[in-house]
Amino acid sequence: MSQGTHPIQLEHVSKRFGSFRVLDDVSLDLPKGEATVVLGRSGTGKSVLLKHIVGLMSPDSGRVVVQGQELTVLPAADVALVRRQIGFLFQNAALFDSMSVGENVEFPIRRHTQLSDRSVRAQAREKLALVGLEQDYDKLPGALSGGMRKRAGLARAMALDPAILLVDEPSAGLDPITSEEIDDLLIRVKKELGTTQVVVTHNIPSARRIGDTLVFLHKGRVLVRGTAAELERSKHTIVEQFMSSEAGG
Amino acid sequence: MPSWVNALFVLPMARVGDSVLFAGRALAAALRPPFEFKETARQLYEIGWLSVPLVAVSGFAVGIVLSMHTRASLERFGAEALIPAALTLALVRETGPLVVGLLISGRVGAGIGAELGAMKVTEQIDALEASAVDSFNFLVVTRVVACIVAMPILTTVMNFTGILGGWAAESAVSGLGLFSYLRAAFSIVQFTDYLPGTLKTMVFGFIIAITASYLGINSSQGTQGVGRAATRSVVLASVLLIATNVVLVRLIFFVFPESAQ
Repeated sequence: MSQGTHPIQLEHVSKRFGSFRVLDDVSLDLPKGEATVVLGRSGTGKSVLLKHIVGLMSPDSGRVVVQGQELTVLPAADVALVRRQIGFLFQNAALFDSMSVGENVEFPIRRHTQLSDRSVRAQAREKLALVGLEQDYDKLPGALSGGMRKRAGLARAMALDPAILLVDEPSAGLDPITSEEIDDLLIRVKKELGTTQVVVTHNIPSARRIGDTLVFLHKGRVLVRGTAAELERSKHTIVEQFMSSEAGG
Repeated sequence: MPSWVNALFVLPMARVGDSVLFAGRALAAALRPPFEFKETARQLYEIGWLSVPLVAVSGFAVGIVLSMHTRASLERFGAEALIPAALTLALVRETGPLVVGLLISGRVGAGIGAELGAMKVTEQIDALEASAVDSFNFLVVTRVVACIVAMPILTTVMNFTGILGGWAAESAVSGLGLFSYLRAAFSIVQFTDYLPGTLKTMVFGFIIAITASYLGINSSQGTQGVGRAATRSVVLASVLLIATNVVLVRLIFFVFPESAQ
């Protein structure tokens, strides 16, 4: 597979924490411009998988290739160049507490572009407007609800219009309406910007909506991969149980 | 290897080695680009400027107490005229630098330990890295540089307000005017009394920032770990600072022999 069509490639990736094997020989090629939803029970390595893609964790064995660059052997400066093409929404948003919501979104823009102060603010406002937080520009993260933090985190992840968007639990802590709005936003970003997305979620309706491909992780291994319809036809009990749990996360 | 050997010797030694490497990495990174000027300025404000009220008020109180003790001692020998000079010497050579070191290790050490610890457990450090920012440069080096720069300035503030406190106490007893007090204070005190003691606080600043950053960044076990990092930062930085002071005083006497007189 070429990196042109598959900007994210994991080859036989394994990772242990002590004696616990979190990822066990995981191989995945994630297609360009598509949304891949990673499903699985808690503790099956979904977030760890995302952290491998952005180079925050290194595999004990195997290769992680992002945008044609093998992260495991790249010098730190080159890893940083790859990361500039990736937006990452963390599970708990991970907003910088010392900065306002607006400054959080401005942060990557200021770091990685030469835009004027006015343009940086305009771009940050535009991203916050996408997630419905333009009125909260000057608020500190501590003053936001969990759902608002999540949306602000998503705005920050999208600040540089990244080629790859990694999203960890976008629906967690959100009401169903906001959750749908976030799903619609992810779909729109994918369509308009051709962003390759990897979304970790427990929310099955959301996974069906946004996922072109669903990957089911179980005990650190890829148990099933396919469309939502294909996963629904899966004979694996755990997948059946998961796909039939409409309430999701 | 028995587990007690591991717990008592191997792990602490590994920790010490790791922290020394951490300190060396911070020093090296502080001297080579890219420099985080904006964040360093923000840290200078947080660490330096916001500590000024604490240091100034404490300095004034220390000056009053020193003056009372100095008067009680010198009165016995009928040497009250030496009170301003004796107090100023004690303040600029040792009391000022050490008290500032301990105050800042309390205020700033705990702050850095808790802030970085909280950033670690809430994945903010990962978020920095994911944003293609060198988190070590951005979080640790900026705080180390800010502490090193702020400490001599804060010590000067402490010395100044300490002398003022000393004058206030002396003036209450003898009615001595401020300018007469200052003339008497600086009749003996030389620049070489001020310089070594003040510059050694740069080392204190380095110790405080490195200790707190190391413990903060390596904190674990959620909010409990954050609290522990903050407490340990203060305790360890204070102990290291006092121990290092012994070595530094000896070194100052060696490099500036006139300081020993």
